[in-house]
Amino acid sequence: MSSIAYERSAALETAGYDSPATSKLEQLWKTKPGLFGWLGTVDHKQLGKRYLITAFCFLIAGGIEALVMRLQLARPNQHLLTPEQYNELFSMHGITMIFLYAQPVLSGFSVFLFPLFLGTRDLAFPRLNSFSYYVYLFAGLFLYASFLVGAVPNDGWFNYPPNALKLYNPGPNIDFYALGMILLGISTTVGAANFLVTWLRLRAPGMSINRLPILTWSTTTTSVGILFSVPAVSLAFLMLWLDRQFGTHFFDPAGRGQPLLWQHLFWMFAHPWVYIVVLPAMGFVSEALPIFCRRPLVGYTVVVLATVATMVMGFGVWLHHMFATGLPFLALSFFSGASMVIVIPSAVAVFAWVATIWTGRPVVTTALLFFAGFIAMFVIGGVSGFMTAAVPSDRQMTDTYFVVAHIHYVLIGINLFPVMGALYVWFPKMTGRLLDERIGRWNFWLVFIGLNVAFLPMHWTGLAGMPRRIYTYPDGLGWNTVNMLTTIGAFILAIGVLVLLINIAVSRARGALAGPNPWDGPTLEWTTPSPPPSYNFAVIPAVASQNPLWEGRLQEGLGHSSVGRGLVLDQGKEVLATTPLDAEPDAILKMPQDSLAPLVVAIALTGLFAGLLVAWWWLAGLCAVVTLASLVVWLWPEPALGQIAVAAND
Amino acid sequence: MLPVGSIERRTNGWYGMLTVIMTEGALFAYLLFSYYYFAVQYGREWLPPQLPEFWFSVPNTILLLASSAALWFAERGVRRGIRRDLVWGLAIAIGLAVIYVVLQAIEWSGRPFTMSSTPYGSLYFSISGLHFVHLAIGLIILVVLLIWSLLNYFDARRYAAVSIGAVYWYFVTAVWLAVFFTIYITPRLG
Amino acid sequence: MGKSRTRLLSRAPLIAAGALFAPATAHANAPMNYLQSFGPKAHEIANLTWALLILSILVVAIISALVVVGAMRRRVLPPDREVRLEPISRGSGSGVLWIYIGVGLSTLALLGAMVWTGYTMAVIQRPPRAPKLTVEIIGHQWWWQVRYLSGDSSRVFDTANEIHIPVGEPVQFKVRTEDVIHSFWVPPLGDKIDLIPSQTNVTWLEVGEPGTYRGQCAEFCGQQHAHMALLAVADKPDDFQRWWDDQLKPAVSAPQAALGETLFTVRCGACHTVRGTRAGGRLGPDLTHVMSRQTIAAATLPNKIAYLSGWISDPQRIKPGNLMPTLDISGPELEQIRGFLAGLK
Repeated sequence: MSSIAYERSAALETAGYDSPATSKLEQLWKTKPGLFGWLGTVDHKQLGKRYLITAFCFLIAGGIEALVMRLQLARPNQHLLTPEQYNELFSMHGITMIFLYAQPVLSGFSVFLFPLFLGTRDLAFPRLNSFSYYVYLFAGLFLYASFLVGAVPNDGWFNYPPNALKLYNPGPNIDFYALGMILLGISTTVGAANFLVTWLRLRAPGMSINRLPILTWSTTTTSVGILFSVPAVSLAFLMLWLDRQFGTHFFDPAGRGQPLLWQHLFWMFAHPWVYIVVLPAMGFVSEALPIFCRRPLVGYTVVVLATVATMVMGFGVWLHHMFATGLPFLALSFFSGASMVIVIPSAVAVFAWVATIWTGRPVVTTALLFFAGFIAMFVIGGVSGFMTAAVPSDRQMTDTYFVVAHIHYVLIGINLFPVMGALYVWFPKMTGRLLDERIGRWNFWLVFIGLNVAFLPMHWTGLAGMPRRIYTYPDGLGWNTVNMLTTIGAFILAIGVLVLLINIAVSRARGALAGPNPWDGPTLEWTTPSPPPSYNFAVIPAVASQNPLWEGRLQEGLGHSSVGRGLVLDQGKEVLATTPLDAEPDAILKMPQDSLAPLVVAIALTGLFAGLLVAWWWLAGLCAVVTLASLVVWLWPEPALGQIAVAAND
Repeated sequence: MLPVGSIERRTNGWYGMLTVIMTEGALFAYLLFSYYYFAVQYGREWLPPQLPEFWFSVPNTILLLASSAALWFAERGVRRGIRRDLVWGLAIAIGLAVIYVVLQAIEWSGRPFTMSSTPYGSLYFSISGLHFVHLAIGLIILVVLLIWSLLNYFDARRYAAVSIGAVYWYFVTAVWLAVFFTIYITPRLG
Repeated sequence: MGKSRTRLLSRAPLIAAGALFAPATAHANAPMNYLQSFGPKAHEIANLTWALLILSILVVAIISALVVVGAMRRRVLPPDREVRLEPISRGSGSGVLWIYIGVGLSTLALLGAMVWTGYTMAVIQRPPRAPKLTVEIIGHQWWWQVRYLSGDSSRVFDTANEIHIPVGEPVQFKVRTEDVIHSFWVPPLGDKIDLIPSQTNVTWLEVGEPGTYRGQCAEFCGQQHAHMALLAVADKPDDFQRWWDDQLKPAVSAPQAALGETLFTVRCGACHTVRGTRAGGRLGPDLTHVMSRQTIAAATLPNKIAYLSGWISDPQRIKPGNLMPTLDISGPELEQIRGFLAGLK
């Protein structure tokens, strides 16, 4: 085996996408053929698309769950669903949307776009990327397998004990949830680690800390948030599972456990989580709204600071989910104040976007409509949240449909709207074809109208006192009309989503060809062909400003980025590592080939959790051994990756 | 001239291990938070009649600190190209860790309570148990590193895996110090 | 345009919103709404809620207008859209001024909200006068046990699902649960408080005028969370004392109800208590004065003969999964039991 020299001098070269150098790069980077390649690919673009497709499948599943619930609630005293069925549906609707759609869809965009934004050829850990996707898929299937045995999680996504303990919930419903979530947490965590290290290390030279595309700031900030928040919920679920299966006494009152401890641990995770599922989506808007206003984002620096501040402060407000549990006055005051102060960084972002529109030249495309609509929906969701920060008002509004209205404005308005807008912007980059603009208008208006018809009156439903999580309600409480409106709105929204899917299907086949830069955007991803080749960039670009492709035309005296001339790095699968602050070249790193190790470890890990679920301890033990052994194989030093000393093996 | 491949600590793996430490550190922070939550809620009465003693825990602390020192010695050795230091340092670290494992098992078997006796029992065993799992994985890492060292994979420029394994072990040691303080010292503080 | 007319126009949206809201907020149309309040605690909370609501609507209106107007006024119109429009420079940085002014105004509004919130929190924290009456609420899946406490132990008694409180004085509530987490909530009278296992939470309510107010469990507690409601009846003080005295009396059953009483004790007594009879079960609500209540099954059904019969003969049809089993009670048995219950006023 030939080993890799410790150092190399790398020269700058000029190369376009059709030069001889790139056919060598193509050979080096493209996915291996056949089943091996399909299962073992480490191409972040393929993995990103898989994430997106899987996330949209879960969006549809969660949406169907919602529509069935809305049929049940359209009128008082209906018997379409039994209480148990309704409770299972509302639980899975929440679990699916919050965990299997909202964060993974953002991951999917970042998995595809990060290297292209940063000017590199892959994420820091390509095999880990593949592993992260497989575990996400398997965890989602694990959770949905509960439908096959008729034991679906039924205590809400928040899953409070004692109702979640064995005494009140003897079946495996909650075990599916607990173990499935721990498994999913592994995927989320390694994905976050991947983004963080990529952002720190793999950039185009010159892409210093103040020149990074703002979307990468959002994703990286939330990645740090994930690393610090997910352990809280994984721990909580582990403790719950131990209480249920082994009679420990973390939460069970009979054994002097503390049910409120669950709430603390859960919300210490779940509050940061809500920022994790919206900050990257806000990043989409910060990234792409400027393109359609033909000017750089107003206040890049303060928006970055606001993003980081929101995530940090997000760790200090969790108690506002527990205002009605009988907490001391001082705690209530502090968390109420903190929950109001956290509005300020969001206001920074809102005014940055408004200013960008006002001082720019808006080009009204479907994407712009989604981003502009998003700003209004963001504010509605934001103010209803702000209202619940006031303890006395919250103690009327909490656990009513007011909060349901709030969460749907923030989740649909601040996650789904930017996601749809982002699809219109980057689908051309991913597939080479533009989404149809006319179908897009129908998509936007149906979704916009559906959202507002369904959820704007729902604020009233909540103020009229309708509690959450009830499978039916009596006549005569003033809730009938608004519930019918919400049901109608939900179906309009669903049709809007369907129109998007139709647009994707139609445009995939017959959409207008996009070319590298259909929107005349300013950042590096718009320099590659659409879709990008397996190696992304023919040469590693060097940047000298925030908006490399607009430099010359903005007349701001900015530097000269170099897009067609740079390091070729074709002595194998190679990327350039740079320093975190100033992005100076630091090393040439070798990237791994396609591999089945991630799939094997993912299967073994899922088998481990399946064994725990059905209490086949031998299976769990066996899978644990296989997991560890496969990890050792995966991490075994390889000469081609430059991991082995030169002298010994020549 | 640019370094190529896995040179010193310029690898992605090094940064990756730092993220592992961030997230697993957070896990222990939440675990210890749970312990303190119970302690605040229940006061003195939540502790077992016989407080956890130092007979095993102090030797274990010394063992872990010593094994970290041996590992530091090993890493310093490989950075200077001295293979003997690397191999011996790893071997000693592993040996000390094995003694730790034995002592921990004896301490657990001698406990009058189980994880399902009381909330204290549940927390005691989940904290020390999760720490033990992390340590066991660290032990496997050290054994694998020893094998790779004997296979001559490392030299003065290519030793990233050693650093990565070592920093994980230092993390496991640091967590033990926090666990030791929480379980063995705080019950005795006023 | 005169000053008053301008002011009227600028207030038009608020007036319109108010006009839309007013009939809808009528207590009769939406008995559980909390924008209308019937006691001092609820007043303070409702005032704060209204203020935050109006502020929120204003903010939404302003920002939406800014977005729509901003997008329309400088938008690129069709012929130019086909041409590659050159990006505009950042200019003199006037854009950032938007952020400073916008965030500055928002912070001022936030501070005002925080001050009002703090004031309201302090005011509702404890009752204005020491409560003379303490009522214990014990949550069960899926009904409310209500225990009236008194210094005189002979005046302590249990009832279920319907509370009576005197008008014009604060009442203290001590809430706890026998099983899972519930939440005690009567929106027109005050905010909610959770019932957490292993702890007793304390709150207070005060009603300003007589009436019947509906509350409901507000923390998901299992299958029949949807059907765990309660009524809070505010009586004038004399009426309240009379009610309490009546509730203390044991059941007096007429001779013709003797068979019914026996049947009741045998079929229902394992779970239900009727003081004055041999029925002493504690798993379900105390039924000693069940006919004095306006509803049954935790405010799920009106307390009328037809509903009562339906409930007794098949509780699982009305509240599937609840802990009252559907027993095989024959028609004649049902009639006897009903006859007995009818005397429990």
